[in-house]
Amino acid sequence: MRTALVSSPIDVGAIAAEIAGPSNGALSLFVGTVRDVNAGRAVDGIEYNAYAPMAEREMADLAREASERFGTPHIVIEHRTGYLAVGEASVAIAVAHPRRANAMDASRWIIEALKARVPIWKREHYRDGTREWVHHSGQGNGHGGVQGAGGADA
Amino acid sequence: MITLDVLLFASYADAAGADRVRVTLPEGARVAVLLDAVRSAAPTLVLPARPLVAVNHRYAAMDVTVAAGDEVALIPPVAGG
Repeated sequence: MRTALVSSPIDVGAIAAEIAGPSNGALSLFVGTVRDVNAGRAVDGIEYNAYAPMAEREMADLAREASERFGTPHIVIEHRTGYLAVGEASVAIAVAHPRRANAMDASRWIIEALKARVPIWKREHYRDGTREWVHHSGQGNGHGGVQGAGGADA
Repeated sequence: MITLDVLLFASYADAAGADRVRVTLPEGARVAVLLDAVRSAAPTLVLPARPLVAVNHRYAAMDVTVAAGDEVALIPPVAGG
């Protein structure tokens, strides 16, 4: 199990290789990438900002919780910070398990929980030169319509 | 009395024009009291009625008490992923 906030590009292949193994018949890999349009506005890139010590702690908690819920220690979560251009990976979650259902359910659970709990923010930089902090309130979120639960478990 | 520098991030930091705001509180003050002090100290920062607050890197309910040396942060709606 490993979690990290990183400032350099995420090496998706290396993360998968890190947890692949002969006892695991399934490896589920979720990669979130920066999308070129959000809520109808053209996006050049996204700046990710984190409350690093708390984000790292929450990510480690998520990995532990997922490990217990889904029955595998083979979990890696990396989230990138800084400015990312369209197409770059902002987050990667890899889960390996003997069975595919657990691997896929775990990676889905982790991304949803991460979006709801981990103190990371993003500011979209639009083609027209403006910038705005994005809030997950039912609007787009950078990659494909998956929404967090909205608001952390205070 | 205790003095704390409350950490601000993202839209909250922009609104306050700073990445932290200093507040002075009675010993054993609750988070709710701390929020009132933040609102007074940073009037340009318009907070929701119950913003998320972290004390020592954990989300904290309104009735949690804060002490000297605690690391307190206001957490705007998160948007990772």
